[in-house]
Amino acid sequence: MPDIIKVQDVNKSYWRDSIEIPVLNNITLGINEGEFLALMGPSGSGKTTLLNLISGIDKPSSGKIIINGTDIAGLGESALAKWRASNIGFVFQFYNLIPVLTAYENVELPLLLTKLSKAERRKHVETALNIVNLGDRIDHYPKQLSGGQEQRVAIARAIVTDPIILVADEPTGDLDKHSADEILTLMERLNKEFNKTIIMVTHDPHAASKAHVTRHLEKGDLIQEAV
Amino acid sequence: MKILKLIFKNTLRHKLRTFLTIFGIAIAVIAFGVLRTVVTAWYQGVEASAANRLIVRQAVSFIFPLPYSYREKIMQLPDVKEVTYSNWFGGTYIDQSNFFARLSVDPETYFDVYNEFVLPKDQLETFKKERNSCVIGVEIAKKFNLKVGDVMTVDGDIYPGRWEFIVRGIYQPKLKSTDATQMLFHWDYVDERMKQEMPGRAGDVGWYIVKIGNPANSSIVSRQIDALFKNSSAETKTETESAFQQDFIQASGAIITSMNFISFIIIGIIMLVLGNTMIMSARERTREYAVFKTLGFSGKHLAGLIMGESLIISILGGGIGVLLTYPIVAGIGEFIPKGMFPVFDIEPVTLIMAALAALIIGIVAAIFPIHRALKTKIIEGFRFVG
Repeated sequence: MPDIIKVQDVNKSYWRDSIEIPVLNNITLGINEGEFLALMGPSGSGKTTLLNLISGIDKPSSGKIIINGTDIAGLGESALAKWRASNIGFVFQFYNLIPVLTAYENVELPLLLTKLSKAERRKHVETALNIVNLGDRIDHYPKQLSGGQEQRVAIARAIVTDPIILVADEPTGDLDKHSADEILTLMERLNKEFNKTIIMVTHDPHAASKAHVTRHLEKGDLIQEAV
Repeated sequence: MKILKLIFKNTLRHKLRTFLTIFGIAIAVIAFGVLRTVVTAWYQGVEASAANRLIVRQAVSFIFPLPYSYREKIMQLPDVKEVTYSNWFGGTYIDQSNFFARLSVDPETYFDVYNEFVLPKDQLETFKKERNSCVIGVEIAKKFNLKVGDVMTVDGDIYPGRWEFIVRGIYQPKLKSTDATQMLFHWDYVDERMKQEMPGRAGDVGWYIVKIGNPANSSIVSRQIDALFKNSSAETKTETESAFQQDFIQASGAIITSMNFISFIIIGIIMLVLGNTMIMSARERTREYAVFKTLGFSGKHLAGLIMGESLIISILGGGIGVLLTYPIVAGIGEFIPKGMFPVFDIEPVTLIMAALAALIIGIVAAIFPIHRALKTKIIEGFRFVG
């Protein structure tokens, strides 16, 4: 399968006062369409930064990030926001649901940026919630759901626009083992049944074992490749 | 789900804080409305002034009288249509808290010059005929439950003694700004008694009111009147009725300036209250704004969310404040002596100013939180710990 994501010679540094702090050093990485990749590494190794760069919520200091033919490093803020809305689904460690919105409304949020009618939006939201097996919880607020259920709502929100890529930053980091297994099973299903390309940052070798490929980062360097 | 629904949900996220902010804005709008009403009530006399009326008073001070004989001389001047006169009587009606203007006037000419005091013809004729009669404004009649034929007893101070007047007329104000709280009686009646009891004070009037044909001639006629009595024992100062009223207001200038200043300080306070609420709200939602941006929402969407919330709070607070200002001003008006502020009504311009202020505050209070939300990068937003 062709590479859907090409990271070419990417460097990323942050500036604290006048001191440059390098975070990623000359990273080159290719990810195939439909691949499930786990990024592992100790804290501060740069894995979340790499995920942020691939998902277009941060920009590299140098290098190219070509996703599905588009060099997203060259896009302006507004274009990048539109690109994210249609190409990337996000899953966060702490779910990041909007507390005043119901499960239905949280999942509907990304669709408000589309031209879909209310009926079409409802169909998409119900489909997404049924995929994560929360069709009976649509009117529940986040505080009325368990951690695992909240993460499943977050996954439904991530897939509701049918993006080609899902990025997940420690998706099981805040969950008990049972809930974590449910989330990992769900992600495997999204990868296999719906052909989603998934990039998952994790500390957990058990979570990483669900991926096709695991890449390790250490001190900003991509050091190992294992299949 | 629409963005507007999300704005409403955000507004109600901290119900107590939102309620207190709305309550604070409403109180401030009411305070603004009341203060502005006091200021405008102060200026009502100027508003009610007629352009074709001149006031002739003693040049040294308003408290010194003018000779009655001046009337005929003033009447001779070109463009002078009528001359009437008046005297501040003072005194106490029932008790000293009942403050309203009690004036001795020329019954033959006073209502010709002050045609905004509307008096039925038969009542005016009766008033002219009976020397111990009086005419009162409708507000005084209402307040003291007086009707034609009743007797009003005034204890004199400037003009000592007990004075009894029979109510022979009740005038209605022609305009909203017309003072309907005056008590008017015969100058002759007072002067006659002065001749007997205090001859040295007889034959004096307080001031003349001159009705001219063309308001454009007011400065020429004023100069001509003052020239007539130049180097006499009672030189005059003639000015338009509006300027005369302004002189009175000047005496309270510091108070009015303070009230004006305070009313605008209140606007500043509301801005800080709402600004503080919006800053707190936006700060608490830093992480959520990062989520919105991640999902593809633009700066315009975030600005709409924050501005919408700020406007809902300010419009609700302003609206409640404006609605409550009416009954509160009316209630205060009941307690203020009628003679102090003959017209104490909230003006539409005051309400428009209050509503506009609330709207502007809603916009201004959102600017800083919007700027902060837009400036914060997504990754900084996710790292934010509130």
